Amino acid sequence: MEFFDTLIVLLQSTVRLSVPLILAALAGLMSERAGIFDIGLEGKMLGAAFGGGAVAAVTQSAWLGLGAAVLVSVGLALVHAFASITQRGNQIVSGVAINFIAAGATVILGQAWFRQGGRTPPLSSDARFTTVDLPFAEAVADVPILGSIYSNLLSGHYILTYVAFLMVPFIWWVLFRTRFGLRLRAVGENPGAVDTAGISVIWMRYRAVICCGILCGVAGAYLSLCMTAGFVKGMTAGKGFIALAALIFAKWKPVNVMLACLLFGFLDAAAIRMQGNSLPLIGEIPSQFMQALPYILTVILLAGFIGKAIPPKAGGVPYVKER
Amino acid sequence: MSAPYAKLPGWVDYGVIPLVNLIVAFLVAGLVVLLVGQSPIRAASLLIEGAFGYGEGIGFTLFYATNFIFTGLAVAIAFHCGLFNIGGEGQAYVAGLGVVLPCLWLDATMPWYVTIIAVVFGSSLMGALWALIPGYLQAKRGSHVVITTIMFNFIASSLMVYLLVDVLKPAGSMAPETRTFLEGGQLPKLGWLMNILGLDIGGAPFNLSFFIALIASFIVWVVVWRTRLGYQIRTMGFSPTAARYAGMKEARIIVITMMISGALAGMMAINPIMGDQHRMQLDFVGGAGFVGIAVALMGRSHPVGIIPAAILFGVLYQGGAEISFEMPEISRDMIVIIQGLVILFAGAMEHMFRPAIARLFTTLTAASKPPQTAETE
Repeated sequence: MEFFDTLIVLLQSTVRLSVPLILAALAGLMSERAGIFDIGLEGKMLGAAFGGGAVAAVTQSAWLGLGAAVLVSVGLALVHAFASITQRGNQIVSGVAINFIAAGATVILGQAWFRQGGRTPPLSSDARFTTVDLPFAEAVADVPILGSIYSNLLSGHYILTYVAFLMVPFIWWVLFRTRFGLRLRAVGENPGAVDTAGISVIWMRYRAVICCGILCGVAGAYLSLCMTAGFVKGMTAGKGFIALAALIFAKWKPVNVMLACLLFGFLDAAAIRMQGNSLPLIGEIPSQFMQALPYILTVILLAGFIGKAIPPKAGGVPYVKER
Repeated sequence: MSAPYAKLPGWVDYGVIPLVNLIVAFLVAGLVVLLVGQSPIRAASLLIEGAFGYGEGIGFTLFYATNFIFTGLAVAIAFHCGLFNIGGEGQAYVAGLGVVLPCLWLDATMPWYVTIIAVVFGSSLMGALWALIPGYLQAKRGSHVVITTIMFNFIASSLMVYLLVDVLKPAGSMAPETRTFLEGGQLPKLGWLMNILGLDIGGAPFNLSFFIALIASFIVWVVVWRTRLGYQIRTMGFSPTAARYAGMKEARIIVITMMISGALAGMMAINPIMGDQHRMQLDFVGGAGFVGIAVALMGRSHPVGIIPAAILFGVLYQGGAEISFEMPEISRDMIVIIQGLVILFAGAMEHMFRPAIARLFTTLTAASKPPQTAETE
């Protein structure tokens, strides 16, 4: 039973840690499926976390904070879109630029506005999202195993956590069961064909990038309004890149994205838990190894040893209409 | 792709347009300063004063510039091959091993000019090896070098933290760093050079690796523009199909280019470790690998452009420190913003002002020339 309880705790923190990854990876999915590579997920998330933290601190409203987070993220996404769609610039370069601008601007503005060393003021519980208890969570908590799973693992998360997990089937539905999704995937595979059908490739890609911005915004809001009470300098700490790794690991498919993010979240949770403890047979694993594991796994995948990751065909290529 | 653009003379393409992009980037940065409620003009004058006003400032400026020449060259040579090496940060970090191990081994017995030979070899080898895997994966397995180099940055960071904390740290020490090198592991400073110019370098760590950087720049120029390998690299970058048609070995060129790129990034480690701190500390690269991207974009991937671009970023780093001292609102994170803006305007949106400049240029030349010469053109 003790093992089971440990497992529940571990899985609970897995869920907690994988939520920003899922949201950001789904954001990347929308953009990359439309042919716009996005290594600026990290920057957008960071900008959103700051925007959310700052507005929630000033207005004392978590929902306004969420709105601000989405706005900031969409703003940055539009910069990326303008550079890489309208100006036909290099998408990687633009993504790198956005990461830097967000990393610098959040600290400079945070220090200028709040004077707390680049963080936003700590939020009271009114100004951040609180956990939601599912119905009957209290009542069934004592039921062995199932009750524990229901009340400890499924219940008691933030509303954005449920949003993140609901986004997975929703994005799948949008991408694979709607006309919008078909066209979105088509501009990522063969924009010329879409253009021939009389649909604007540019506008299609803009919409995909805006969707990406919205999802990144929610991911950032989760960081500063749920996981912690306020924005802390550099709080994304590479999560945007782990999400990117998860996206590749999942071969650009929504359900796989969720599974990959849960796996990477689990590695993170396990690394925290195992610090200083040793495993039977293997002995103590350096925590640095656990931190590097998502990246190592992705590289191994990319090397073609666990299946093959094939990106959308027109990814990274600016579309030029024939003249 | 460039079909709709008018042809412009070289000095406009390589001089005016990058300069306009740079000015726009700085204007936007100035707006950020205004937003913070400070005077951009005061910030700019502090920047110049801090970077050039006195000997020590110049020493620091050139010290930082040394880092950026190496990483800028690393990004640039990969650009010539159509590769985007974002992994300079990780390559330089791992290459720290190639600096530290020879120093720890030789510093008690050998003079610095023997150690440095081993160090140049070691650091470039380690950097090259760390870039070899992404290069190989791109060449043979078709996985994008951008993604793999990002992953390798994180792997490098974890690896080096582990090595510094658990392996290289001397027994009994708390700080995650190696022991301090003896004299044989310390590069001489270039104070005498500055003395000739009548400047006092003070405590600035401006050292011999600056010359190594200049030599590396020259070698890169020779390799890229004066050798068969360089021709192949540039052909690959210009048109992989043409390279394949001409019988060039694609995979081999990609791997070699990435290894040269990694070696250049790796040599950056010499400057802070052997030239300044005389020991390896956590995170000694400090973002120089990423500054290399901005430097290469600004310098148009040519050593002649990279050196001034690196010095400009040296100015930003040194002058930025001065600004944050005088104006606490503008911390050194301002440099990160400027870096991002330079990458955005000089890189991703480099063609934004081209049509306008081309139009302006044609009206100017048309106005200055008498109409009859237009026919002979």
